[in-house]
Amino acid sequence: MSDVSQPAAHPPVTDWVNDFDHTDPQWTKDPFPIWDEMRAASPVVHTERFLGCYMPTTYEAVREIANDTKHFSSRRIIVRDVRPEITSRNAAPPITSDPPEHKPAKQLLLPPFTPDAMKKLEPRMRAICNELIDGFIADGKVDAAARYSKYIPVQAIAHMLGIPESDSDLFIKWIHMILELGIKDESKLLQAVQEMSAYFIAHIEARKNKPTDDLISYLMNAKDKEGNPLEDSHVLGSLRLLLIAGIDTTWSAIGSSLWHLARTPVDRERLIAEPEVMPTAVEELLRAYSPVTMAREVVKETTISGCPVKAGNMVLLSFPAANRDPKVFPDADKVVIDRRENRHAAFGLGIHRCVGSNLARMEMQIALEEWLKRIPDFRLDPAGTVTWSQGTVRGPRQLPFLLGKAM
Amino acid sequence: MTERLRVHVDPDKCQGHARCKALAPELFELDEYGNAHEAGDGTVPPGLEDKVWLAKANCPEIAIDVIEE
Ligand code: SF4
Repeated sequence: MSDVSQPAAHPPVTDWVNDFDHTDPQWTKDPFPIWDEMRAASPVVHTERFLGCYMPTTYEAVREIANDTKHFSSRRIIVRDVRPEITSRNAAPPITSDPPEHKPAKQLLLPPFTPDAMKKLEPRMRAICNELIDGFIADGKVDAAARYSKYIPVQAIAHMLGIPESDSDLFIKWIHMILELGIKDESKLLQAVQEMSAYFIAHIEARKNKPTDDLISYLMNAKDKEGNPLEDSHVLGSLRLLLIAGIDTTWSAIGSSLWHLARTPVDRERLIAEPEVMPTAVEELLRAYSPVTMAREVVKETTISGCPVKAGNMVLLSFPAANRDPKVFPDADKVVIDRRENRHAAFGLGIHRCVGSNLARMEMQIALEEWLKRIPDFRLDPAGTVTWSQGTVRGPRQLPFLLGKAM
Repeated sequence: MTERLRVHVDPDKCQGHARCKALAPELFELDEYGNAHEAGDGTVPPGLEDKVWLAKANCPEIAIDVIEE
């Protein structure tokens, strides 16, 4: 085995069905035809890479796995080159929890993220979007990923956690180290987790003398079923989760939506003329460009959609691939902004449904509304390049736009 | 013949995606965790038939039953 601290080189993929790799540059650039090829071959495909990994390719197979917590564990939620020992049951609860620990950990986080709770955040969100737009609108061009979509979720979650929005760049750095560099380089992941933990421990300490009205204090004051406060490691794990899960997911969803609108003037014009279509459009953009692929670990042999799966392998649980399944979504590869029937799985299915889904929906809607109000005309800058993130979360990382009407 | 509809959310399947509430606020309520249940006894008042079918078709957990009586 190679030294785990060395990023492993992955040979390019030539056989997607039997040797897939979700970190391959071709996948990063345009995964949709790859998923179609895999889906046509089998509802569940397998690769020897990543120490053995399955991927369900149909909506039904994804759903079966998401609902089966007996054979599939959430203790590992990212498919990576290595599988170090699980040393803490509080890695990032509840996303890394299995039943029966999962339910109480999740219930703790749900109340602050209900649709009603999100409504109260709306004015701050609109202000954040407009402050960002103020920063570049006069330039006539912008990297919308780097200067707009990236900062909306990071400032929103900082606002909710009660940590300085001005530390945003630090949070973004950690998330990049965990979700992208960390797939192949264990040391980057560990370094980011340590820095993040130290950061939160300082904030927890500060609140011990001076309680505040934010999510950190909320978790510190929370009680378990027996009425005892949460273990410190649980508070810390949940804070890590909220920061990691809240940021580049929504950054990606907003970025992909803007990318779509930049290339599709009819949809843009329709959303400006008929703002009431926006909620349906947001759902459709979530379906078509779902950012998040989760993982599971097979802990007991079973069968999924007729395909046997063996314990010890990981599962790349691709909600984005499920959302492109033509059996469930007619014209699955088309973006239909007024699609009425849309039971997409962008926020996962089953008990691990994203806690932040109501927040993410609100952020997306407001980010697009405020953008379109002030920048109704924009297009891709032919002099620039759009780049996409690699791995677990998919979204544009460079999104060069020209603003205003084309001359 | 007038057809009466009743809606029911299966609490074991619902995971709180809140799509039903967004699409048919008159017919669903959310608890403090954001999980849904039908408003009142689930009877769908005339005029809201479209909305109830739409909510059903959009629930990712297939947790919504519409009963035709
Ligand atoms: S849409 Fe389905 S899962 Fe979501 S709250 Fe309603 S019933 Fe529950």
